[in-house]
Amino acid sequence: MALPVHKPTRVRPAAPVALLVLAAVGAAFFVVPLIGLVLRTPWAGTWDQLRSPEVLTALRLSLLASFSATAMALVFGVPLAWTFARLTFPGRAVLRAVTVLPMVLPPVVGGVALLLAFGRRGLLGGWLATTFGIHLPFTTTGAIIAETFVAMPFLVITVEAGLRSMDTRFEDAARTLGASRWTVLRRVTLPLVRPSLVAGAVLCWARALGEFGATITFAGNFPGRTQTMPLAVYLALETNPDAAIGLSLVLLAVSLAVLIGLRDRWLGAS
Amino acid sequence: MRWRAVAPLTVAAALCTSCGNSARASPSQSAVSGTITVFAASSLTAAYTAIGKDFEKAHPGSTIKLSFGGSSTLVAQIQQGAIGDIFASADQPNMQKAVDAGLVAESPSIFAHNRLEIVVAAGNPKRITGLSNLANSGLIVVLCAPAVPCGRYAAQALQKAGVTVTAASQETDVKAVVSKVALGEADAGIVYVTDVKAAGAGVQGVEIPLSLNVVADYPVAILKDSQNVPLAEAFVSYLLGAGQPTLARYGFTGP
Repeated sequence: MALPVHKPTRVRPAAPVALLVLAAVGAAFFVVPLIGLVLRTPWAGTWDQLRSPEVLTALRLSLLASFSATAMALVFGVPLAWTFARLTFPGRAVLRAVTVLPMVLPPVVGGVALLLAFGRRGLLGGWLATTFGIHLPFTTTGAIIAETFVAMPFLVITVEAGLRSMDTRFEDAARTLGASRWTVLRRVTLPLVRPSLVAGAVLCWARALGEFGATITFAGNFPGRTQTMPLAVYLALETNPDAAIGLSLVLLAVSLAVLIGLRDRWLGAS
Repeated sequence: MRWRAVAPLTVAAALCTSCGNSARASPSQSAVSGTITVFAASSLTAAYTAIGKDFEKAHPGSTIKLSFGGSSTLVAQIQQGAIGDIFASADQPNMQKAVDAGLVAESPSIFAHNRLEIVVAAGNPKRITGLSNLANSGLIVVLCAPAVPCGRYAAQALQKAGVTVTAASQETDVKAVVSKVALGEADAGIVYVTDVKAAGAGVQGVEIPLSLNVVADYPVAILKDSQNVPLAEAFVSYLLGAGQPTLARYGFTGP
């Protein structure tokens, strides 16, 4: 994902051959499995599956949950990234490590942790249920929470990196000209880190869309409520591997379309 | 040792579980050595780990490597070229897939059965006594998805009992059902007897009468690509003979 690069002039770099060879191997590593999937797809059957109500339901739920998770990550993650980038306070390093822990944690473990926090017998779950009547496990909201938990760290670290590499003199200048802190944040800081914001949001969305382990553990699997596309693919693999390949391809196509679309629109990449 | 030779041995061991030594005294004992890899269904994890150790003790110089996973996942792995000697499935359809794909050397034999049970929290706080209780709308019930064997069996049992259950979730495997109940998220689920036994003190089982129950067959077969057929045959005959008491200890019933 492209991060802000401040380069006055574009110089075409001379590419060392060894570097190009390694890059080609690296690219093949991603391209070959994709080709394998495409070649093995039973195209005739895939079109019919795509139009089946089960698949449409799972796809709709996947899009709803992944975009909701991204929205939650933006609302809570951007302030968190700003806090990590701009404030010094005791325990910051530890808190930051805990925040990005879901990136390395097996998602199933994350799901169990969420149950222990927001489950019926969890730390906050009982209180949420008795006070607000909110039950998260086995609900769509639960699926969104699970995806947010796993995906938000990608947004936090990307935005934090953007804030750290940004030239803070613009903020200082705005403040000396009389802008309030809120105005500086809104009119100077956020526009300057927009590429990081977009990159972080896209990464976060992509991770949320593919989320499986935490969702199945925390929210369970029920068609139309918590059965997202990755869960549908997994179950299809049990009975009908051809259908699973078809479903994977649908998920892949949707992700690719969104990733390419967002990149052209907001990052101005060619 | 061919299959015909295995059969009398099995009968002998089945008739008298205390003299399980008869299987160990088989002529193959001294002959077999080396390593085999066994692909076994997840529900066999605890039982096969114990049996593997017993077998290695009884046959010095032999090593049993175990690889556990969902039966359908294992078939897919073997099909994609995973090297192994034995496949033990938790249901017939997945073994049939392996047979149809030409992965199996000889016709499979059933080495164990498993039954269904209702899993509830320890102490049975909701006082569940049978399948009919599961229709209660105040209960959170989780089942396996219809696509996986335990979900198929649970649906059969509920149909026999004439009970309609609205599941809060259709879990992708049986262990997930047990853990939802153990963590207190669900009040009840339908799982295998062996899973309740394996889960320990946090949960307990409520029996489903035989008339409503569904019996799952566990077939085992030697794979075509086995590199150590004598050891694989010895292990299969051990499963059918001296290993039976161990399987019973983990909740399986004999073939």
